[in-house]
Amino acid sequence: MKSILPITTVSIVIVILWYGFSVVLNSTWTKDQANRAGVEVTFSEILKDTMVQQRPLLPAPHQVIIELWDTTVNKKITSKRSLVYHGWITLSATLLGFVIGTGLGVLLAIGIVHNKAMDYGVMPWIIASQTVPILALAPMIIVVLYSIGLSGLVPKAIISAYLSFFPVSVGMVAGFRCPDPTQMDLLKTYAAKKSQLFWKLRVPISMPYLFTSLKIGVAASLVGAIVGELPTGAVAGLGARLLTGSYYGQTVQIWSALIGSAILAAVLVGFIGLIQKHTLNRMGLAR
Amino acid sequence: MNSNVAMDAEPVIQARNLGLVFQTKDSPVEALKDVNIDIEQGDFVSLIGPSGCGKTTLLRIIASLDKPTAGDITVNGMTPEEARLQRAYGYVFQAASLYPWRTIAGNVKLPLEIMGFSKTEMNERVKKVLDLVHLSGFENKFPWQLSGGMQQRASIARALSFDADILLMDEPFGALDEIVRDHLNEQLLDLWKSTRKTICFVTHSIPEAVYLSTKIVVMSNRPGKVVEVIESSLPRERPLDIRDSPEFIEIAQRVRTGLRMSHSYE
Repeated sequence: MKSILPITTVSIVIVILWYGFSVVLNSTWTKDQANRAGVEVTFSEILKDTMVQQRPLLPAPHQVIIELWDTTVNKKITSKRSLVYHGWITLSATLLGFVIGTGLGVLLAIGIVHNKAMDYGVMPWIIASQTVPILALAPMIIVVLYSIGLSGLVPKAIISAYLSFFPVSVGMVAGFRCPDPTQMDLLKTYAAKKSQLFWKLRVPISMPYLFTSLKIGVAASLVGAIVGELPTGAVAGLGARLLTGSYYGQTVQIWSALIGSAILAAVLVGFIGLIQKHTLNRMGLAR
Repeated sequence: MNSNVAMDAEPVIQARNLGLVFQTKDSPVEALKDVNIDIEQGDFVSLIGPSGCGKTTLLRIIASLDKPTAGDITVNGMTPEEARLQRAYGYVFQAASLYPWRTIAGNVKLPLEIMGFSKTEMNERVKKVLDLVHLSGFENKFPWQLSGGMQQRASIARALSFDADILLMDEPFGALDEIVRDHLNEQLLDLWKSTRKTICFVTHSIPEAVYLSTKIVVMSNRPGKVVEVIESSLPRERPLDIRDSPEFIEIAQRVRTGLRMSHSYE
């Protein structure tokens, strides 16, 4: 609860700054309009106008909130204008991609920790994979998968998995390598099998790493899903809202989709945080 | 396990001309050289010497955690590795090294789980050994909720839980204060008398070694060698104040002389 004051303070500062920039950036248009009409505008008129423009350079916070409210609560969730509808489309790809990415990341980490050849042979490729800009790669993945008859959810999930396996594999390699020599020696004195070493030591000791990796991974998954929606011609999903918004100069729509996906990411990360807290508490690792 | 074979004549642990050279980057380090020891069934043997004399290394070779580069060693008549695979010993490390995500009972259960004991048997054994080290009532506490001394007792309970005949202890009380140490020494002696285990105990404290041991192996450093083996004439029954007896002081004197003679101030 101690965090409430600083969080509120920062939020208020952001909102104030946002309003400030809205006024400054949108006033150009107001002044242009006034110039063409040959009228003088007072400061209070500028202030008023910058808050209600149809296509502002930077929408004011309340415009975004109204748009968010309008497209979530006031629309049926089956409607193509509902942000919930688009959000779900992106979320389903995110979750599928997250599951695939996490599974792949953990499997790779297991391989890397247990096999020297994999450590030297695979690890560099894992890192190289993330140096390729996903924006360049995403259309390729979509095109290739389309040619073998996959479209819609799966290609997006794969792009999403491509981004999310990385933090999980790197994090879990570090986690699995956590045990100190004494902890390993202890199991050796019991003549423990390799599988027992894994389940009784490597897995539990890596739990804090797992949850941290999952948090980064799920956020990356969401980004991947949104990016995966861009090259498909933007039919549905948060990425589509961003794209159509920019086609038609609907800045309010862009910003509400942006804020919407930020909220979605926060909810996902927060959900993993809850599981983390519960699990680590039960393991006596949260202090 | 195979202890009855070693019961009468053959020593439980026997080392002949044992040596170990570590290969380091700049030059090889001779950690142990020509070590000969015999440890009989039921002995309480202390390995004492300055730091770097290879006493921990010797213990680790017995436990098959390190491999010697010269000489022979048998544990229960087998190679140390065979003995380890047969779970012939319980090992107590310098630090308690309890797994922090396991409760005290969970930590004691760890070897039992690995060795595949049944659930009822596990619970019985956990109860028994925690009783033995006076930790009943702390089953569901996490290690960090216990003091250092209690943690080390829990780690001893863990080493006892699967009933190995040999107990290898690497300076288990080194990090504890003197009062706690005295107390644990007393308890360890009780435990040794009641379980009749063979104990091999690394320490750098002379009083501790003399108080606990039937046999004191004095070692020197660089290379680690056995300088002297002192058989204690103290009775098995040892109240704490035996440390003021002339006999005790005499043995301590001999250990000290042995340590001093061997110790080179280069």
